[in-house]
Amino acid sequence: MTDLQPLIDKFALTTSEFRDNRRVVVAADKLMALLEALKNSHGFSMLIDITAVDYLEYEGATDRFGVVYCLLNMETGERLIVKTFVNDPQPSLPTVTKLWMGADWMEREVYDMFGITFTGHHDLRRILMPDEFSAHPLRKDYPIKGRGERHNFPVITRSES
Amino acid sequence: MVDLPKQPGMPDNVFLTKLDAAANWARSNSLWPMPFATACCGIELMATASSRFDLARFGAEVMRFSPRQCDLMIVAGRVVMKMLPVLQRIWLQMPEPKWCISMGACACSGGVFDTYAVVQGVDRFIPVDLYVPGCPPRPEQLIAALIEMQDKIMKTGTINGREFGKRTEATGPIPVELEEVRRSREAKIVEGLDIYQPPKM
Repeated sequence: MTDLQPLIDKFALTTSEFRDNRRVVVAADKLMALLEALKNSHGFSMLIDITAVDYLEYEGATDRFGVVYCLLNMETGERLIVKTFVNDPQPSLPTVTKLWMGADWMEREVYDMFGITFTGHHDLRRILMPDEFSAHPLRKDYPIKGRGERHNFPVITRSES
Repeated sequence: MVDLPKQPGMPDNVFLTKLDAAANWARSNSLWPMPFATACCGIELMATASSRFDLARFGAEVMRFSPRQCDLMIVAGRVVMKMLPVLQRIWLQMPEPKWCISMGACACSGGVFDTYAVVQGVDRFIPVDLYVPGCPPRPEQLIAALIEMQDKIMKTGTINGREFGKRTEATGPIPVELEEVRRSREAKIVEGLDIYQPPKM
């Protein structure tokens, strides 16, 4: 296991552990520096996934969105989960595409589903929903059946086709 | 076929019919399906076409992936809102006469996927001739639907859209669930209601 104690001291991380799964929570403004240190000097060379959680109306939650970065050390097979919190209005984080180019589409997906913007991202468009879609559907205040977008299409009848 | 009284001097192996009836017979026995397979129903559709069930026995084995060469669209699987314009475009590209089979619960009604992204039945946006229930339907069910389709083609003939428009008004469900739109627009936060907890920020 990589010794993370210097990082924990330096970035004031809170940690938790489940079996061999280590998680650290970092403040949003220190996220970029932490990920850079993890990649460059602790061997976490691969970014597995970026995802987010909406904590609206969640029991005991203090922040609106949690953004989760899953890292993998390809030498040792060790995994680390880095979590940070952002809030309304304009939830925003710096992009990590400069560290891992593979973060490109992951950040687009998080933007599409949660509306969290990644400043510095070179091409922050929707990736799953159509371009003209206006909402961010995985937010908890978005109704599961949508706001009628799914049926906002012209009808082709037999006599017109 | 029309049963005509035997004409004097006509050989045994000649029979008479109307051109329309002959055309219907020919068309119904050489349907060229357009497989619009988006999900697990598509796998079942492939099974229907392959050797064990053999759709070729009913003259519909020529799956074409170009809509220009097809006359039977089989919508197999759920259609999401991003896919629906594609579906409509493919339907419009198919030459007349054309028919549509909506295969499986998702294509017919959205199935269990009652979410913002999934269209609740393709019949809201394109005309559908036959619905096949099931999740996914067995190949036998699809074959039964195809045979029924052939029956329908024989009986109703091969009128095109313009003729259809002259004969009948288009009917169907209202594409947008007005109740759903109203609910989502008028929904207001009820203060002090037990089920609603204000966001804790």
